[in-house]
Amino acid sequence: MNIMMNRIKWVVGASALTLASGAGAAGTGVQAEPDWTLPIHDNQVFGQVLFDRMEYQRDGDNELALWDAQAWIGKDRNRLWVETEGETDLSSDSGDIENFDVQYSYRFDRFWDIQTGLGAQTTFGPSPNKERYSAIVGLQGLAPYWFEVDTNLRVTDDGDVSYDLEAEYDWLLTQRLILQGRGETLVAFSDVEEWGVGSGINNVGLGLRLRYHFSREFAPYVGVSYTRFLGNTEDLREREGEDVESSSFVAGVRWWF
Amino acid sequence: MGLLAGFDSLLPAYARGQLDNTNAFHTVRNGADIYDLTVARTPLKIGGRVSEQPITINGTLPAPLVRLKQGREAILRVTNTLPEATSIHWHGLILPFQMDGVPGVSFPGIMPGETFEYRFPVEQHGTYWYHSHTGLQEQLGHYGPIIIDPAEPESVAYDREYVVVLSDWTFDSPEDVFRKLKVAEGYYNYNQRTVGDFFKDVETMGWDAAWNKAGMWGKMRMSPRDILDVTGSEYTYLMNGSPSASNWTGLFRPGEKIRLRFINASAMTFFDVRIPGLPMTVISADGQPVQPVETDEFRIGVAETYDVIVQPTGTAHTVFAQSQDRSGYVRGTLATRKGMEAPVPPMYPRTERGMAAMGMGAMSMGAMGKDGDMNMDSGMDMGGKMEMMSGSNDKAHGQMMMNGADSGMNKMSSDKATMNEVPTAGRPISHGPDNHGPGAAMVASSPQSRLDDPGVGFETANHRVLTYSQLQSIEGWPDKRPAEREVELHLTGNMERYMWSFDGKKFSEVDGPVKFYHGERLRLILVNDSMMDHPIHLHGMWMELETGAGEYRPRKHTISVKPGERVSALITADAPGDWAFHCHLLYHMDAGMFRVVSVV
Repeated sequence: MNIMMNRIKWVVGASALTLASGAGAAGTGVQAEPDWTLPIHDNQVFGQVLFDRMEYQRDGDNELALWDAQAWIGKDRNRLWVETEGETDLSSDSGDIENFDVQYSYRFDRFWDIQTGLGAQTTFGPSPNKERYSAIVGLQGLAPYWFEVDTNLRVTDDGDVSYDLEAEYDWLLTQRLILQGRGETLVAFSDVEEWGVGSGINNVGLGLRLRYHFSREFAPYVGVSYTRFLGNTEDLREREGEDVESSSFVAGVRWWF
Repeated sequence: MGLLAGFDSLLPAYARGQLDNTNAFHTVRNGADIYDLTVARTPLKIGGRVSEQPITINGTLPAPLVRLKQGREAILRVTNTLPEATSIHWHGLILPFQMDGVPGVSFPGIMPGETFEYRFPVEQHGTYWYHSHTGLQEQLGHYGPIIIDPAEPESVAYDREYVVVLSDWTFDSPEDVFRKLKVAEGYYNYNQRTVGDFFKDVETMGWDAAWNKAGMWGKMRMSPRDILDVTGSEYTYLMNGSPSASNWTGLFRPGEKIRLRFINASAMTFFDVRIPGLPMTVISADGQPVQPVETDEFRIGVAETYDVIVQPTGTAHTVFAQSQDRSGYVRGTLATRKGMEAPVPPMYPRTERGMAAMGMGAMSMGAMGKDGDMNMDSGMDMGGKMEMMSGSNDKAHGQMMMNGADSGMNKMSSDKATMNEVPTAGRPISHGPDNHGPGAAMVASSPQSRLDDPGVGFETANHRVLTYSQLQSIEGWPDKRPAEREVELHLTGNMERYMWSFDGKKFSEVDGPVKFYHGERLRLILVNDSMMDHPIHLHGMWMELETGAGEYRPRKHTISVKPGERVSALITADAPGDWAFHCHLLYHMDAGMFRVVSVV
């Protein structure tokens, strides 16, 4: 009888708790009183800001500053992700924010998140600036053999569709000295001349960065980066008198908090 | 003792060098042992460095010894002077669930400024311990030893006894440690596989095998080097509150027999314990007497206890406890006078997990245990299966099986007569339709009982290392019924997000408690679907570990389950109420590897 009463109290209490704190009392015992604390708190919110690449690039006389950063906040399976990547030409002070994406991220698999949200792309500097927006669906996660993969399908506000893929792989030379290989590519499904995009494979980028971890959080690096534009995009750039290939020395820092 | 008093007033009495450290200061009234315990935050110096964060009881770290007597009542009055709630759980004690001290399960917790009186009859005897069950307080020193003296004298002879409390200390806040585990996989692991390790494999096993081995682990996105989540890179290991440099010393007179009561009060560290040059006779495990078994080393999981008898032959002996991943150690000394030291051995080389950890069972010794014998054919067979994976450790393991040189193997053959089959051996395994979902990064496809395997890092050991299969109770236990029902739980985790759970579901995700029915006899089956060892602790009821020893199975409050292993235990559900059931790795528990067992 007593147990019965307690159980009724518990059920009522559990519902109240769920509404009040969102903590839920899912696994609590039959004797637990509704106003008790939970025995453990396994549903906490965590967050992290990571500057994966914050770097200086030099290709002959061209000098660029580049950033590639991400931040997330959330619980184990549901997270809000912000990602941004862009570069600025240090001689002309012009550049572009290649993407500034805000996405909801859900872990649907052991190693994979599905992400969806909105992204912005803009240019900045002396020449007339432009911007466009896109809806994104993507996958981010850890592929077999330890490849970190981030891939997105984007549809812009003009209806142009593109697909991008980035993958990174770490070779541990020692516990603190790590060589990172990086590859990226972008495929467009239509020509968007205004943005220098030809349909088909636009480019392939490869990079090797050697970083030293003074701590887990802070690791400066040096490396090389190579980009090749291809197909229609290559033609487009040739017409505009832009390079279709670049090889750069890079130096930067990877850090998180 | 008077001479030594004041040596370090911040350590409890038992942690000071003296002849015997098991005196406890309390009152006895009306057949009850009465203790007053005050929980407080006390700045302490640990290894020469001051920390503001220790949580002490009566001013010391570890907490003072609570010494009770079987058959009497215990009255334990706990006063909380912290600005936050606290609690004390009496680990391993059989008592009414309201006295078990788990906030949210047995009671609301002890609020700031409040005194809670625990009161219960003491039914058992042996070595136990107590600790906070609130938040991450246990990491900060909120733990201490319990000795319960038997009502009838024991048949064990010794001249002197010491409690040896092993623990791990961090100068960072436990919340910070937990966050780093959550956001950065492998944050504390400075023994990850490097390119150089790959080429070493190529040298020892050839290109193809090395490539296949790397591929196998890579495909699973698992690391064979994940042995402990928080390592010596973060922790200072303590013996009775003292780091190695302070050298905790237990004094003895030549010729004496000493009973050492080892308690692993760590938050996250499995220790491998030995006293170089001295054999140890294990006489009890988790407070429960076992048939004496002599060994050279034992692995003690978090929350486990072992009592051993040693008889020093020299004037100083090092008590050496290295962390399971060999990232650090703590030593103390048994000596005939204060200030003496014995050589401190080097730690064993670092190691990595073999294929058995994946739960494939290919090199499992348990697979052989099935036949109860060492069979050359099955050994060859396994050698064949291992071909692809015969890394340095695996190879050693293989050789060990082939020539049967290992003491564990000999022991097994010689005990054949008393060995019964482990009841779950050979059963197919089921993981549910979704393989436990994203909460489980892997599942064991063919988990084996490996109770005769001392565990990772002992593959090449050429000395005796204690295994669970060597633990046998003295008379068996009162409930002779076979199991009427089985409850199977899988230990699951996903290192990448530091998610830990049972059956892929965290405490906050499950639908109600695990139900035991009052009076029933049940078999609890634990399957480890993860790459870590988990010390699984059931409150309030004993787990009789099915080792194959028939009715002489040992009973435990905490069972360490190795990666890819399946173990089973018989339980008599004789304790009505709600009981915590969890992994005793503190951050695994806090990440969700926790259930309530309701005995209804």
